[in-house]
Amino acid sequence: MDRFIFLTVDGLSHGAIYAAFALALVLIWRGTRVVNFAQGAMAVAAGYIAFSVTRATGSYWLGAIAAVGAGLVLGVLVERGAMKWVGHTNPLTAIVVALGSALVIEAVLGMVYGVNNRPFPVPFSQTKFTVRGHPLFSPYDLFVFGVVAAVLIGIGLLFTRTPIGLRMRAAAFAPETARLLGVNTARVLTLGWALASAVGAIASLLILPTGFLNPTAMDLVFVSAFTAAVIGGLDSPAGAVVGGLGLGLVLSYASGYLGSDITSIAVLVLLVLVLLVRPNGVFSSTAVRRV
Amino acid sequence: MTGHLLEVRGLTAGYAGAAVLHEVDLDVPSGTIVAVLGANGAGKTTLLRTISGLLKPRAGTVRLDGAEIGGLAVEKIVHAGLAHVPEGGGVITELTVADNLRLGGLWRRDVADTAAATDEVFQLFPILRDRRKMLGQQLSGGERQMLAIGRALVARPKLLLLDEPSLGLAPRITTQIMELLRRLCDEHGLTVLLVEQNVRAALAVAHHGVILGLGRIARTTTASELLGDDALRHAYLGF
Repeated sequence: MDRFIFLTVDGLSHGAIYAAFALALVLIWRGTRVVNFAQGAMAVAAGYIAFSVTRATGSYWLGAIAAVGAGLVLGVLVERGAMKWVGHTNPLTAIVVALGSALVIEAVLGMVYGVNNRPFPVPFSQTKFTVRGHPLFSPYDLFVFGVVAAVLIGIGLLFTRTPIGLRMRAAAFAPETARLLGVNTARVLTLGWALASAVGAIASLLILPTGFLNPTAMDLVFVSAFTAAVIGGLDSPAGAVVGGLGLGLVLSYASGYLGSDITSIAVLVLLVLVLLVRPNGVFSSTAVRRV
Repeated sequence: MTGHLLEVRGLTAGYAGAAVLHEVDLDVPSGTIVAVLGANGAGKTTLLRTISGLLKPRAGTVRLDGAEIGGLAVEKIVHAGLAHVPEGGGVITELTVADNLRLGGLWRRDVADTAAATDEVFQLFPILRDRRKMLGQQLSGGERQMLAIGRALVARPKLLLLDEPSLGLAPRITTQIMELLRRLCDEHGLTVLLVEQNVRAALAVAHHGVILGLGRIARTTTASELLGDDALRHAYLGF
């Protein structure tokens, strides 16, 4: 029973982070119909910024703020510098450019910081509270849930309650009509990339403390988040969240009961299964498509 | 020169490869409705898309209220006072009626006047007020067209471009919409450039008719003259 609780909490905690990362993918997919394969590399770059700032100042929080800021800037740079110039005639072009951006970012990080593993700062204890001898949540787990919930609610409110959110939805659903209504869709698109990249940076801040920081640290997280987003239908923020939490649980149980070697295979098996059975995602009804 | 809200001179435009419009000259006097008529493929929609900036002109000038707008970005042209209701209306079906209307005035700084304009739209189309929480996809064709026109009016445009507002609508609804346009023109001084297949309905409310043939202006005259001249009607409009 202890083991089940441990795996469930661990799964939800990782799943929440996959959900945030999947949400970042969904934000960009909705705006541009591009899967941002550079997202893992962009997020790990933001992680290195946090690492440097925290090492220089001794403050985790200054590092976290710097990472989110770096995420915003990186989103603008990648969109304006590379993705904007990609034609839409062939979807493969965008994928290749995104993958190329990922390789460039990871290579630059490797040159600047080296490729060895570095420990990532943790803001709260990862020791579990115990209730009657059963270990439950650690303060860090609660921090993860709180941050992810805040990000999801924040994004939800931004989309449904603010003029800029309305512009982003309009530009995603009907770009030409949005322009005819005076929306500067190019600017909205850049903003979407900045926002998604900042959410990715937050996800990396949350997941890196559970492992080590190196230039490819987010690659496997990216695959998991991509799977979560596909399960959710790629188009649906709500689907990304449910997909992320569900995937976190499945992976946690698989690694706990079947062995940790199986995790990366389990992700791919799940991805293939979803693509075979429900290629549009499990939650791809129009009702869920609404933000 | 004065009195023309829209002045198009020598406008040439088209898609990759072939030009569709050839040196088009067009004047839309302030406070009037001008109907652009012509067969399928004559370039009517292309003309509207070029004026609103969705297509970049290859040559020629477009002046709105004295200011050159040719070649500007679409949103800049919208901010200059142009509203373009595309064929089918362009209602964003995934958004509610209220959000569609809100989008129409979102770029304006004058929030109070946008609210007033929205109220006026609700008076023109009370059905939109009743359905404001519905999604665009739940509306009928006529309601969508009303929403599209209403959404354009929220921005208080100087010039309204309308592409085939009667498409797929019952004759009765078409008449209603045409009469409404005339009323907006007479009572509020709205200027309209209207593309319409339904020639009778269009000429019933338009002041001027422009006949577009193979991307060139074949004839510009008053609506009544167009309706009265049998030879002209037969030659260009086929009825």
